[in-house]
Amino acid sequence: MTISQVSFGSHEPVLDVKDLTVKYIGDTRSTTAVQRVSFSIGTGEVFGLAGESGCGKSTIANSIMRLLKDPAKIAGGSISFGGRDVLAMSPEELRRFRWQDVAMVFQSAMNSLNPVLTIGEQIVDIFTTHAGYSRKESLRRAGELLELVRIDPARLKSYPHQLSGGMRQRAVIAMAVALKPSLLILDEPTTALDVVVQQEIMAQIKELQRELGFSVLFITHDMSLMVELSHRMAVMYGGRIVETAKAQDVYANPRHPYTQALMGAFPPLTGPRVPLTGLPDGVKFRNIPDLAEVAPGHLVAPFGDDIPVIDSVNLEGAAR
Amino acid sequence: MTTALLKQPTSTPAVRKPNRSFVHGLLSNKKALTGLAVMVIFIALALLAPVLFPGDPSRITAMASMEPSAEHWLGTTAKGQDVLALTLHGSRSSLFVGLTVGLASTFIGILVGLASAYFGKFIDEALSLVTNVFLLLPGLPLLVILAAFLPPGLGTVILVLVVTGWAGSARVLRSQALSIRSKDFVAAAVVSGERAGRIMFREILPNMASIVMGTLLACVIYGIGAQAGLEFLGLGDVSTVSWGNNLFWAGNEGALLTGSWWVFVPSGVCIALVAFALALINYAVDEVTNPRLRKIKTPQATPVKTERSAAK
Amino acid sequence: MRFILRRLGFYLIAFWASITLNFLLPRFMPGDPVSRMFARSQDRMQPEQIEALRKLLGVDDRPIWEQYVDYLHNVFTGQMGVSISRFPTPVTEVISSQIGWTLLLGGTALVIAAVVGNLLGILAAWRRGGAIDSALPPVLVFIGSFPYFWLAMGALYLFGVVLGWFPIRHAFTDGLEPAFTWEFIGDVGAHLVLPALTIVLVSIGGWMLGMRNTMIATNSEDYITMAEAKGLRPSRIMLRYAARNAMLPSVTSFGMGLGFVVGGALLTEVVFAYPGVGYQLLNAVQGLDYPLMQGLFLTITAAVLLANFLVDILYVRLDPRVRSN
Repeated sequence: MTISQVSFGSHEPVLDVKDLTVKYIGDTRSTTAVQRVSFSIGTGEVFGLAGESGCGKSTIANSIMRLLKDPAKIAGGSISFGGRDVLAMSPEELRRFRWQDVAMVFQSAMNSLNPVLTIGEQIVDIFTTHAGYSRKESLRRAGELLELVRIDPARLKSYPHQLSGGMRQRAVIAMAVALKPSLLILDEPTTALDVVVQQEIMAQIKELQRELGFSVLFITHDMSLMVELSHRMAVMYGGRIVETAKAQDVYANPRHPYTQALMGAFPPLTGPRVPLTGLPDGVKFRNIPDLAEVAPGHLVAPFGDDIPVIDSVNLEGAAR
Repeated sequence: MTTALLKQPTSTPAVRKPNRSFVHGLLSNKKALTGLAVMVIFIALALLAPVLFPGDPSRITAMASMEPSAEHWLGTTAKGQDVLALTLHGSRSSLFVGLTVGLASTFIGILVGLASAYFGKFIDEALSLVTNVFLLLPGLPLLVILAAFLPPGLGTVILVLVVTGWAGSARVLRSQALSIRSKDFVAAAVVSGERAGRIMFREILPNMASIVMGTLLACVIYGIGAQAGLEFLGLGDVSTVSWGNNLFWAGNEGALLTGSWWVFVPSGVCIALVAFALALINYAVDEVTNPRLRKIKTPQATPVKTERSAAK
Repeated sequence: MRFILRRLGFYLIAFWASITLNFLLPRFMPGDPVSRMFARSQDRMQPEQIEALRKLLGVDDRPIWEQYVDYLHNVFTGQMGVSISRFPTPVTEVISSQIGWTLLLGGTALVIAAVVGNLLGILAAWRRGGAIDSALPPVLVFIGSFPYFWLAMGALYLFGVVLGWFPIRHAFTDGLEPAFTWEFIGDVGAHLVLPALTIVLVSIGGWMLGMRNTMIATNSEDYITMAEAKGLRPSRIMLRYAARNAMLPSVTSFGMGLGFVVGGALLTEVVFAYPGVGYQLLNAVQGLDYPLMQGLFLTITAAVLLANFLVDILYVRLDPRVRSN
């Protein structure tokens, strides 16, 4: 956690998302996957986005790089990166913006690597396209990148299926930092890996972040990992942000019942063992209102009496 | 409202009615409707042929090689037969052979596919080997050889077409059956001690309905086309009236070289229309079961420029 | 390597199956067609030739397994007997004089159809809903619904008889001496246009739609999204990422397509009296020339199997995943 204090709190946001709304337009009906979501990430800041599967986390990540595919559409709001309007970029501007300014590590490294090209070719691609290096120069730099994530440069000639899961993900991370982007999006980067490898990968990311100083948008549903890594974080539910604050504040004092449930669903990092709690069956939140500030830098969506707040009886029921 | 959509109460139990939604999807698909309409017309004409043109269609009714006229809508052949009568009567044999070959090939394909998937191991290896060998042997030359050794007749044609046509359907159905075989509900049925036949035909088969349908259509198309090819080569029963035989006689009597295009156009166009109609239904089945292949809707107006970005 | 050996074993089994089929057909078919053939052409033959053909075709009193061993020996040493319809030319000689024309016609048509069809499929899938994607498939499927031979007849009538643009029969003008001259090659080319065109027209739709559908499936893979995120140029994503992966099933069907092209070539050859093995096969059937029939079928089968084996080797080059396990 030593990474944070140095750069945290910069007032110049790298990424500023305002009222972002994303819809999935279907044949007969449309679904709103993300509804008026706003957040910003400062220089060198690690911003966490937490929430259950399907709550819209990955949709936000894809929106920032404008990778949404049919039938998903950005229906409103703005995304600005270093003062530039991402949604107004021409295809060519967008292409240059991608990877050079914002890079992304996808959930599954196996699926995000092209199975018929070597790791080397897939890294070289980045350099020849964006930096205009020669093939030879690109290969040399690709080798350096692999060394940076502690993979033998001889692996440049390997195909994805010849690497272990952890190695593949580290190779993808190496690709992500190839052009020293100012923002790195990590979309559940360790979900598909076992716990030991997860730890290695997270340590790797921390180290790179300290070295290169990029901002991070960190997406996960693993709250302990998130609190450990993030400076600030937001909790999403059903396409809306229900709470956002410094990670420590969310951890120590979660306000929204959903955040409380989420915090209770993972074992604490330290201290005695406690029974895990989650959201009891049948509890749902609807029509989540806009955020309101409850403490400096701590915003929570108001929840009223119509929303079932978890009480102790429910907690016991769920803790079984 | 959004949250409600995302997390709907799961009060309705998962009673899926795949067949009803499948039929509904098919009936609201333009390709399927076009194809079905064409097929209905052809089947109706085939059934009505003896009423519309009573008697032997290959009897000589007029002068030879007459152009289409009010009396003979599609003209006459070099022998003086009415082309329209030949074409309509021809549809009976062609559709009959096509359907028979399609049904028989699909039936064998189902048996082989299910047996492969259910029993696995040695039986699967052996059946796959046989299937792949048949798939690889060049179909038409094999057809020609078989037809040359067997006594001519409609039965021979059907037999030969089934022998060369079943392997394709077996391969498709086997891979589908294999993927269903690995589902949990089949494992549950096995554990609960259901009989092999029941598992194959009651548990696995109903879940392959759309693939079976696609295979059947493909087999019918194959049957109609291959019969025409075989008969065109003079290897069918040349005394019956069918589209393939009509074309055989057209070629034999030099309709092309004398410029009697009306003799060979109708039968060929009929084969193409039927095959096209069946193919349309087949594509519609694909689209209904695989939404990714569906036509992309024109994107609705959004404040943002279209999201089909640089890479597209 | 193990993959290649496995496939090689499979092709050997397939070839053995077709030899066995060839062995069994004349022996177990009703009506004794072989005796009919001998009755027709006995007076032209030498007694020892008749004896050899009898053995080859199963008019033979020895036990069946002995005949079988003998038959296998004959096939592998290339003793396929003499042709009856082109007596007394040996079957192997007849075939070798004709296989080249079929390879030329089938090969040209297959390569053009596969290359153009796959390219169209790539473009259609890449621009979903664009002009190529919406207009071309229905047209090509419709054309593909016509029988090979009918389209061949139509082309022959329209471009050969009515318009007179292209020659309508044979592989080169009668009386022209085969030689490596521009005149001869041009003449062969002109004779090739119509037969090849009809095969291409019928088969191109299948290639296009097959490629289009796999491309659509490939386009939703994560590595395509990643490639887009990497900001690569669209052409590079389309070719090196999407098409490069989508072509793998297409390569497999290239082998399969071969069998169909041989069939299509047979019908087309018949319409244009093109002197390939397909045309010869029909002649053999009509002339009750059973030795030639069998020889032709084995040759065609062997060619298809060999081509499939070459495709397998190519596949190994293209898909690194097959190489390692």
